[in-house]
Amino acid sequence: MDRVPLERKVLSENDRIAAELRARFQEHGVLCLNLISSPGSGKTSLLERTLESLPRHDRVAVLTGDIQTENDANRLKRFHFPVKQITTGGTCHLDARMIERHLADWPLEDLDLLFIENVGNLVCPSSYDLGEAAKVVVLSVTEGEDKPLKYPSIFFKSDLMVLNKIDLLPYVPFDINAAAENARKVHPGMEIVKVSCLTGNGLHEWMMWLGERRRAHKALLQATVS
Amino acid sequence: MHEMGIANSVLEAVRTEMRRYPGSYPCKVGVRIGEMAAVDQDALRFCFDAIILETDLASLELAIEFCPRRHRCQVCGREFVVRDYDSRCPQCVSLETTCISGDELELAYLEVEEYGSSTVGAKSTQ
Repeated sequence: MDRVPLERKVLSENDRIAAELRARFQEHGVLCLNLISSPGSGKTSLLERTLESLPRHDRVAVLTGDIQTENDANRLKRFHFPVKQITTGGTCHLDARMIERHLADWPLEDLDLLFIENVGNLVCPSSYDLGEAAKVVVLSVTEGEDKPLKYPSIFFKSDLMVLNKIDLLPYVPFDINAAAENARKVHPGMEIVKVSCLTGNGLHEWMMWLGERRRAHKALLQATVS
Repeated sequence: MHEMGIANSVLEAVRTEMRRYPGSYPCKVGVRIGEMAAVDQDALRFCFDAIILETDLASLELAIEFCPRRHRCQVCGREFVVRDYDSRCPQCVSLETTCISGDELELAYLEVEEYGSSTVGAKSTQ
């Protein structure tokens, strides 16, 4: 009997493609953000409000994932930015190969910002690197403040938590401070913005975070080039 | 439920590795799964057993090593296991600690046996 060390990632094929994507995003100066949440937390609504407030000439695109239907892409196409639907046909998460395939006919040199809206699921998407610069987790106030403790992986791996549907706070027993505390227990120092995609409340904070990320990304790329 | 995909990836890795050992068969594959990896061990075992059933790898054993979340203190250097999400350093109570493990989803090792060298788990197809 011989024991042979393997010492590599189980998802090394996904990680290899993700690393290639990351290098391509870097080369073309694209900031890629991977949006993850439970179904119905408001990823598409957040993107609608975001695209709505960006200037028409902004170099932004969206890949949106679902198991079935083109509904989300249709909602997002109204804003005249390039949008493509990824229907997984049953798979509960996006993987790097799906991103690679759907980017094949998109010239990355025409983009500065790429949103990937993952399949609504707080578990599986956290295992699959898509080559993104950051993961953003969306949690809505109708879901319960203990979600970060129940699904620690995704909160641990996300740079930002967007707490959505704050307009419903008067009607639901949701302790917003406990939610923030729970998120920071799992991920000390995690950034949090509180928004309502319905009323627009708090969205400026999200847009400021996004703007800051875009500036930092550009600065980093320029530093790498020079 | 992405454990089926993960089980498949483990099996693919085993098959790839086994090309380097003609005349041998794999007995056990060791996998490390971190507390924060979002992988359910029971579901992974269930999927793994389901996909090897009635294949040439039907006797392959899956050994799972669970890796708890560990942090290192930036101030005093103490390494510790994080319990109940409390990532403060147990020695100096600093909050400045960084995660050093607990996110694993790794292939650790493969145990291979030459055909005919042992009867335990050996295949009749040679």
